[in-house]
Amino acid sequence: MKTGVGGWVALGRCQLLSLAAIAAGAVGGLVVCALLLLPLGVGFRLLPPTATALRRFSDRHRSWTVRWTGMPISPPEPLAGEGPGSGRRRAVGLLGDDGFWRDLRWALLEPCTGGVLVVVPLALVEYGVFGVLVQPFVWRLLGDGNWYAFVPVHSTATVLAALVLGVAFVVAGLRLSPVALRLHARWSRRALSAPRSTELVRRIEYLAETRADALDVQAAELRRIERDLHDGAQARLVALGMTVDRAARLLDTGRPDTGVQEAATLPLRTGHELPAVRELLAEVRALSDRALQDLRDLVHGILPPVLADRGLGDAVRSLALDSFLDVHVEARLPGRLPAAVESAAYFAVGELLANAAKHSGAHDVRVRLDHTDGTLRITVADDGHGGADASRGSGLAGIRRRLSSFDGTLALHSPQGGPTIVTLEIPCASSSPKTSSCSGTG
Amino acid sequence: MRVVLAEDLFLLRDGLTRTLREHGFDVVAAVDNGPALLRALHEEQPDVAVVDIRLPPTFTDEGLQAALQARRIRPGLPVLILSQYVDQLYAHELLAGGQGAIGYLLKDRVTHTAQFIDAVRTVAAGGTVMDPQVIAKLLARSDARGNTAELTAREHEVLKLMAEGRSNAAIMNSLHISESAVAKHTASIFAKLRIEASADDNRRVLAVLAHLKR
Repeated sequence: MKTGVGGWVALGRCQLLSLAAIAAGAVGGLVVCALLLLPLGVGFRLLPPTATALRRFSDRHRSWTVRWTGMPISPPEPLAGEGPGSGRRRAVGLLGDDGFWRDLRWALLEPCTGGVLVVVPLALVEYGVFGVLVQPFVWRLLGDGNWYAFVPVHSTATVLAALVLGVAFVVAGLRLSPVALRLHARWSRRALSAPRSTELVRRIEYLAETRADALDVQAAELRRIERDLHDGAQARLVALGMTVDRAARLLDTGRPDTGVQEAATLPLRTGHELPAVRELLAEVRALSDRALQDLRDLVHGILPPVLADRGLGDAVRSLALDSFLDVHVEARLPGRLPAAVESAAYFAVGELLANAAKHSGAHDVRVRLDHTDGTLRITVADDGHGGADASRGSGLAGIRRRLSSFDGTLALHSPQGGPTIVTLEIPCASSSPKTSSCSGTG
Repeated sequence: MRVVLAEDLFLLRDGLTRTLREHGFDVVAAVDNGPALLRALHEEQPDVAVVDIRLPPTFTDEGLQAALQARRIRPGLPVLILSQYVDQLYAHELLAGGQGAIGYLLKDRVTHTAQFIDAVRTVAAGGTVMDPQVIAKLLARSDARGNTAELTAREHEVLKLMAEGRSNAAIMNSLHISESAVAKHTASIFAKLRIEASADDNRRVLAVLAHLKR
């Protein structure tokens, strides 16, 4: 029953594609006519609209291919002739446009390549249906010369044979249709994707943009560390030094705020300053505690020790224990991932859990981490009321920006009424499992 | 009381050794790495081990792993883990055995000598000592989930100190209240949280922690 509904759907798509192939040839023919008419001048007026129609048609093919087979086709640059301008200038622009010529080549080839491909399962099914539904009724009328495939149909027995054969044809056609669709998608990708140079230009633009983002993020991080040190531990250590100094002077002079000159003239100590010194020293200890706490928070913000010690799986478990929600973690990670990826993923999950606790009204959160086919995949699913919007919450946009440096993606699924499911994907290699004592303890 | 100490920074190792000796402990071995710690625990059979969590050679959680491994060989071996930071996951793992004789403290706490020495003694006696930060986080979580909503502010304070592993006497001193007041508060807390009261201090700590982890 594998063929089932899927086979019929695929067959329907083959039917659509076969008709579209003829249409593609026709549109291509129109464009060729326009090109041939260029010397007469009329072509200049005809070329832009026909080229636009062709592009719409090829775009439709690209979106079908993605939707039906999940095989993405990188779209070409917009047509050179688009937008305002005289017909002549637009036509001239088109003639120099790589994408236009690729579209045209595809349109002219499609009827005899992609079209033929998808017709095979169609023909099988239609011929099979003919054998099953038509032959039983017409064989008596047709007489001796009636053949169905290699079966001469002239008796009840041979009709039954034709029937079986017809069913076999239908099944074969249905089985074949998804295969034909996939092959067609491959052919479309070859014929319709943007030329390699365009893809490279696009990639370079993307890399330049994400590199700039990564540098911005890094600079912001350094600024934050600098400010935290300056306002936190550094300031506290200065205060601590001053307090120690006051305590020392108190011991020297009996008064905390006298100048050095006076101190020299007042060497006598009476002992009643001791409680005040004790108070100052308690203050010193409180200050050093606070400074240590500041440094600890800072270190945690840079690289959480549990992440450095144990890797992403246990670090996320630690996040789960910190969360006010019931967070269940399922981690299937072989060994360690690159440090930068671990860190980005950790902070992303932290942010998502914080979001879930703050906005979703959820009780349970499930976090799943796995690493397959060279991609780290993390899903964070809560049972809250949904309605999260990546464009409104700057948190999600921030995660997206950070992940983009690793070619990572964030997909948000959060319908009104919930649940919210966030999927992060980061392509990265994984090191072999650590053989040290770090793993396997409970 | 025989102590094995593991700390890789010389200054701290030296300081801790001195502090422990001043308070009548016999520091039988002071080591600076994980494998040496395991050896010392095996050879010296100490009454208590004071262990820095991050040790060579891996500089990750070597100390914790060594301590857990030693406790698998000798269940109930008293271990006090010191760390520059505390993590709920590690607290969970240390408490997972449910057998007590375990401590988990921030390294800063050693500057409060009296409390630190108390903690070593509690752990050596089979008790459980958790850093106030661990408990504060657990309590914040319990509060947010409404598990401790029925408690009064004072009971909340008492619960926190109980969970840290303090004895009634220590709670008395810390909150400046009478012994009977402490007893009254603890009884009320147990009733409200529906925890079975236990005369045994360690069982009491473990029960409170189990409740907070819910």
